[in-house]
Amino acid sequence: KTPRPHYQEGRQDATETSSARATSFVPGIPLYRLHSFPLLPLHLKTLSNSAVATSGFRRQSTVTSARFTLNSDVYKLHEGTTGASLGSGPPLEGEITREEMTGMYSLMAAIRELETKAGDLYLEKIIRGFLHRCNGQEASIVGLESALTPGDELITAYRCHGYTHTRGVSVKEIMAELAGKATGCSKGKGGSMHLYGPHYYGGNGIVGAQVPLGAGIAFTNKYNETGKICVTLYGDGAANQGQVFEAYNMAALWKLPCLFVCENNLYGMGTSSTRSSACPEYYTRGHYIPGIWVDGQNVLAVRTATQWCADYIRAGNGPLVMEQFTYRYYGHSMSDPGKSYRSATEVKGVRETRDPLKKCEELALELNLMTSDEIKAIKKDAAKTAEEAVEFAHSSPHPPPADLYAHIWWSRTK
Amino acid sequence: MGEDIGAYGGAYAVTRGFLDEFGPERIMDTPISESVIVGAGVGSALAGLRPIVELMTINFSLVAIDQIVNHAAKLRYMSDGQFSVPLVIRTVTGGGGQLAATHSQSFENWYASVPGLKVAVPATPYDALGLFRAAMKDDNPILFAEHSLLYGMRGEVPDEWYEIPFGQADIKRKGNDVTIVAYSRMTHVALQAAAMLEEKGRQAEVIDLRTLRPWDKETVLESVRKTNRVVVVEETWKTGGFSGEIASTIQEEAFDDLDGPVARVGGLDVPAPYNGTLEAAAIPNSERIIKALSDNYGI
Repeated sequence: KTPRPHYQEGRQDATETSSARATSFVPGIPLYRLHSFPLLPLHLKTLSNSAVATSGFRRQSTVTSARFTLNSDVYKLHEGTTGASLGSGPPLEGEITREEMTGMYSLMAAIRELETKAGDLYLEKIIRGFLHRCNGQEASIVGLESALTPGDELITAYRCHGYTHTRGVSVKEIMAELAGKATGCSKGKGGSMHLYGPHYYGGNGIVGAQVPLGAGIAFTNKYNETGKICVTLYGDGAANQGQVFEAYNMAALWKLPCLFVCENNLYGMGTSSTRSSACPEYYTRGHYIPGIWVDGQNVLAVRTATQWCADYIRAGNGPLVMEQFTYRYYGHSMSDPGKSYRSATEVKGVRETRDPLKKCEELALELNLMTSDEIKAIKKDAAKTAEEAVEFAHSSPHPPPADLYAHIWWSRTK
Repeated sequence: MGEDIGAYGGAYAVTRGFLDEFGPERIMDTPISESVIVGAGVGSALAGLRPIVELMTINFSLVAIDQIVNHAAKLRYMSDGQFSVPLVIRTVTGGGGQLAATHSQSFENWYASVPGLKVAVPATPYDALGLFRAAMKDDNPILFAEHSLLYGMRGEVPDEWYEIPFGQADIKRKGNDVTIVAYSRMTHVALQAAAMLEEKGRQAEVIDLRTLRPWDKETVLESVRKTNRVVVVEETWKTGGFSGEIASTIQEEAFDDLDGPVARVGGLDVPAPYNGTLEAAAIPNSERIIKALSDNYGI
């Protein structure tokens, strides 16, 4: 059971050591389980913020939590024939605390910096092979993770650095693994596509193959009655793999606690979703399995939707298919400039109008949960962490030759 | 048909410009669906076309292995000749690029065990072109395995038409002291070893098999009868590698011509690690070839 964190009463002083607060992220605090504490009846657009901005008054105060309202277009529903009806879907209103918001933003900033610095290391030829970065998808990743509870399982494909971090692996260990060093989370044996952690099954290179694995992980959890779910992620490209549909069928038939999540970033390597898929509405591809589409760039929408899906699945209704509508700024991998199959205008447009970090900042400021100084401090902190991770990767040793044969076989008894 | 072969120009840029030259009816980008890429390739061949399908790498061929082994390879046999499958399956094989365990494999030896399939493993631009022309004309299903690290290699090809039949090895270097049998990228490693042997006063004969099914037994045996010493080099794991097939054939048919056991150098029996130093240790190099010859023949 998650120990409930101690929330501060009343307003918080923004001059507190914000970086310490920012990095104390407590994952998996379900939105609905927040107990009441003094709330300021704030509307999404508060007068106090704009008054502060125009008056040039530096000292801002933030609140400990806020209610938010989402636009109705952040969700779309697909009724299936298995499981219970979806009703009206996830709520459009919710509550978010300063700690949660700060925590989510910190993770998003950490991922953004990690990916950016990893690209630099690749150009220096310290990272080799494949490197698939997730810049632009941070809200989908962090929003989802923030709604899970400890012990929930997760498996994804090769664009996995973000989830590796949200699953609890440090930026240092990720960077060291990307550099192939012995201090990496796979001791240098796995590389970018093969990062793992507790309740986190990678990092998988074979497109679509992780989906049957996810159904199996969900199976174990049902068998052992853990009450946990398995989040099984795949992309728009993988959504056309046969084995995905085999996993759908088994999960629905056996009511496995599996949340299938399609990260639709609109491109499978160089092929757009409309050129690869007769039906690019991926949340409907589970057909008989109910589905939900969510605006993947809005961290609060993703969080709320994930929480709602998790509750549905935990209640024994069987699987769901969630589609996160998101975008990747970079090409498929470092060897793909990402320009031959999409326009620079399109990429620029998303950066300007749908950037997940910017959206989160706007939300945090509008809800009076963070100040712009705190935001800056978090970004600076994230950059520093990533730089230190680069140093760590540089200075770490290579794995010893004997590691070549390590962990091929295993026995519980010697 | 294949993934990202058209607009993107191919994951390894092999089909760059094809879409412009041949148009979208002949160059088709497919979804990521290996089973149906091969399966539909087989089907369209059965019904009368001569398709070429691409599997982005041989690692992903495992998703389609049933279509390759059970359908492409067997439909002519099972129908007693009523149908044929003139299908070329182009794919990319090999490791050494730090792509980690599931992206660095070479399964052409597995496919070479399957009756009804032909398998090509060219090592040079000249051989690739000649073999590909033969493959396109062939009425049988062919796995055409191009090594990922050889795409950057340049070589002379004649202006006049030529083709290379399957089952014809190429002696890349003549010599009288020792035979090195190799294929695909290992041919070049073998040539490196030959250069090192020359410094020690030994002349190696390097035979590039060029195709694994059928493979040119006669050229290999003729060489062994001349040199009496042979090492077989291949990139895939030594256990179960095609080098076992070759070594066994040599000792069956040229036993009395051997001065010692047939030497084999293969990939170490480990999944490919990501780290560059570890990965390099697992792939055959010229030092290991020299050592194998020294161990078996004392040279």
